[in-house]
Amino acid sequence: MWLQCEPFLFVAGSVVRLSDLSKGTAAVVDRVDDAHANDAIAQRLRDLGFVDGEAVRVVACAPLGADPLLVQIGFTRFALRRAEAARVSVRAEVAA
Amino acid sequence: MSADALRIALVGNPNCGKTALFNLLTGGRQKVANYAGVTVERKEGRFVAPSGRVLQILDLPGAYSFDAVSPDEQITRDVLEGNYPGEAPPDLIVCVADATNLRLHLRFLLEVRRLGRPVVLALNMMDAARRRDIAIDVPELSRRLGLPVVETVAVRRGGAKALVARVDGELPLPAPVQADDPASRVDLHAEVRELLAATVSMPRQTAAVDDALDRWALHPVFGLAILAVVMFLVFQAVYSLGKPMTDLIGDGFGQLGEYLAASLPAGPLRGLVTDGIFTGLGTVLGFLPQILVLFFFILTLEESGYLPRAAFLLDRLMVSVGLTGRSFIPLLSSFACAIPGIMGTRSITDPRDRLATILVAPLMTCSARLPVYALLIGAFIPAHAVLGVFNLQGLVLFALYVAGILGAMLVGWVMKRIRRDRSEHALLMELPSYRLPKVRDVAIGLYERGMIFLKRLTGVILALTVLMWALSSFPAPPAGATEPAIDYSFAGQLGRGLAHLFGPIGFNWQMSLALIPAFAARETAVAALATVYAVGGDAGALAPALASQVSLASALSLLVWFAYAPQCMSTLAVIKRETGAWRVVALSFGYQFVMAYAASFLVYQIASALT
Repeated sequence: MWLQCEPFLFVAGSVVRLSDLSKGTAAVVDRVDDAHANDAIAQRLRDLGFVDGEAVRVVACAPLGADPLLVQIGFTRFALRRAEAARVSVRAEVAA
Repeated sequence: MSADALRIALVGNPNCGKTALFNLLTGGRQKVANYAGVTVERKEGRFVAPSGRVLQILDLPGAYSFDAVSPDEQITRDVLEGNYPGEAPPDLIVCVADATNLRLHLRFLLEVRRLGRPVVLALNMMDAARRRDIAIDVPELSRRLGLPVVETVAVRRGGAKALVARVDGELPLPAPVQADDPASRVDLHAEVRELLAATVSMPRQTAAVDDALDRWALHPVFGLAILAVVMFLVFQAVYSLGKPMTDLIGDGFGQLGEYLAASLPAGPLRGLVTDGIFTGLGTVLGFLPQILVLFFFILTLEESGYLPRAAFLLDRLMVSVGLTGRSFIPLLSSFACAIPGIMGTRSITDPRDRLATILVAPLMTCSARLPVYALLIGAFIPAHAVLGVFNLQGLVLFALYVAGILGAMLVGWVMKRIRRDRSEHALLMELPSYRLPKVRDVAIGLYERGMIFLKRLTGVILALTVLMWALSSFPAPPAGATEPAIDYSFAGQLGRGLAHLFGPIGFNWQMSLALIPAFAARETAVAALATVYAVGGDAGALAPALASQVSLASALSLLVWFAYAPQCMSTLAVIKRETGAWRVVALSFGYQFVMAYAASFLVYQIASALT
């Protein structure tokens, strides 16, 4: 698996998965995809504020395998495992 | 009186300070934590408002939404909707929101408002909001929401005055009931955005102090180093503060029993008092200091917000063995004693992860196993120097600890493979702001934990201890008996019976017999061996006696047995209490028995072949 935590150049406006977003890159949420039918985790992500247009940023990565990620959304920080973050598609705003 | 009491339900997101507010209002006995979703029990308190009206407050579990992912959220939703059996719907809902985290918390308020019941919004942590220069236009927010909004500071005396005044007045009008459907959920976010834009100005999204602390606490290298230091301190404190107090209590009760017994005639009654009740009480109450010291640290770490950070750092490691980052602290606690460890699994919100943690916790080498290890290692393992710096005895002790950890990893991994529910269980854990723990909240939490242990467990454990005493005291030895009294007792007969079972792993009947009291408390195996080898209380004489009568292979086998052996009955009692299921108790006992037997069998057969 490609573990992304170091600064990396994104083309502004390109859609990537949150799990592929490098640390510190400013992005906004595009959508959350269900990994399967009735995906409770995807629904929970939406409830927690991962909705279109919300600013999001990877703040830190855990030491082992850079998993889980610490994600700032709105005023709140959530620890998300990579499989959880992979459900979220984001638009990178600024190249880091 | 309760008929005309006003029923108020406190709801809010996890980490909104709801529980601290509840403590402040009721002076109640309720645990407060920074660790998402720790409130799992129904908590109720009441207080008399200035008007003389009785207010009955129900502290509902923290919830992010009414989607009800967890059992906690299910309960919260059902109670608020009036669908919870035996629970009257509240007259008034007080929705608590962290003023520094309104984007998340207001969304839940909007969900609550749709229920069509009277709602008051309490903007909590207003002190922290002011410190961060967050400006909230409260009258405008109230107007737009169409419900009363009051400011509170749950951690300050008098910080709930405005709230009390508001709920003591006229009930606010409820909002119209609205149906809940996926499309309207997205609308909620849009509505929150609008509200925030119109009423809140926030200089920065996060607290600068949190960012600064997290840069260190979550750093790949320093973060782990800090965690190691914290773990070490906690472990040391439990061991160096808790253990001496434990011994003191044990000895104290022993002496008290003997003192009382002096006024009793010799005979079964005296034996019951000294060896049964008082020794048993000493053993049971002896767990209390370790539990309190450990929970002092757990509560402080929870309150400060560090615990979820520790879970974040170690989640990957724990997931690889079928657990979760949140399992870590309970497992660490289990090195002192599995009982507080298992009680500590309450901070794991996911039921499956919690059960897995409870099942492996007893494999951590608890402090009660140390006396047994010390005796056997001292008797059988020479104090050779290894590689010039290490002592062979120390290495063996270390290996036993590692054996426990590897065993737990193996069991976790196997459970992950064979369990029926193999769906993805999310971490999705909020890392709350760092906070200074409040003495009152830690004290209330400690009191609660202590009482749970004393009230719910003492009876069971004491009864079992007395039963154990009876087994090893009756029938009394015949006149002119030459062997130790325990030899003639039911326990002695049981020991000889068990020796058939334990023969293949190298235990003689004395060792098999010692396993019976060890089931009450591990360390009593030493005393039991001393009794059967008739060296009395002279611990120094026991080691040579063992060394001359037991083979090295048997001794190694017994060491390994204790590393994996079924836990003491106090642990089984706490598992029953925490899971409510005898099935789990049986599973826990059963798998450890099989595991210990298999490991000891291997060690005995290999060691016998080599020596």
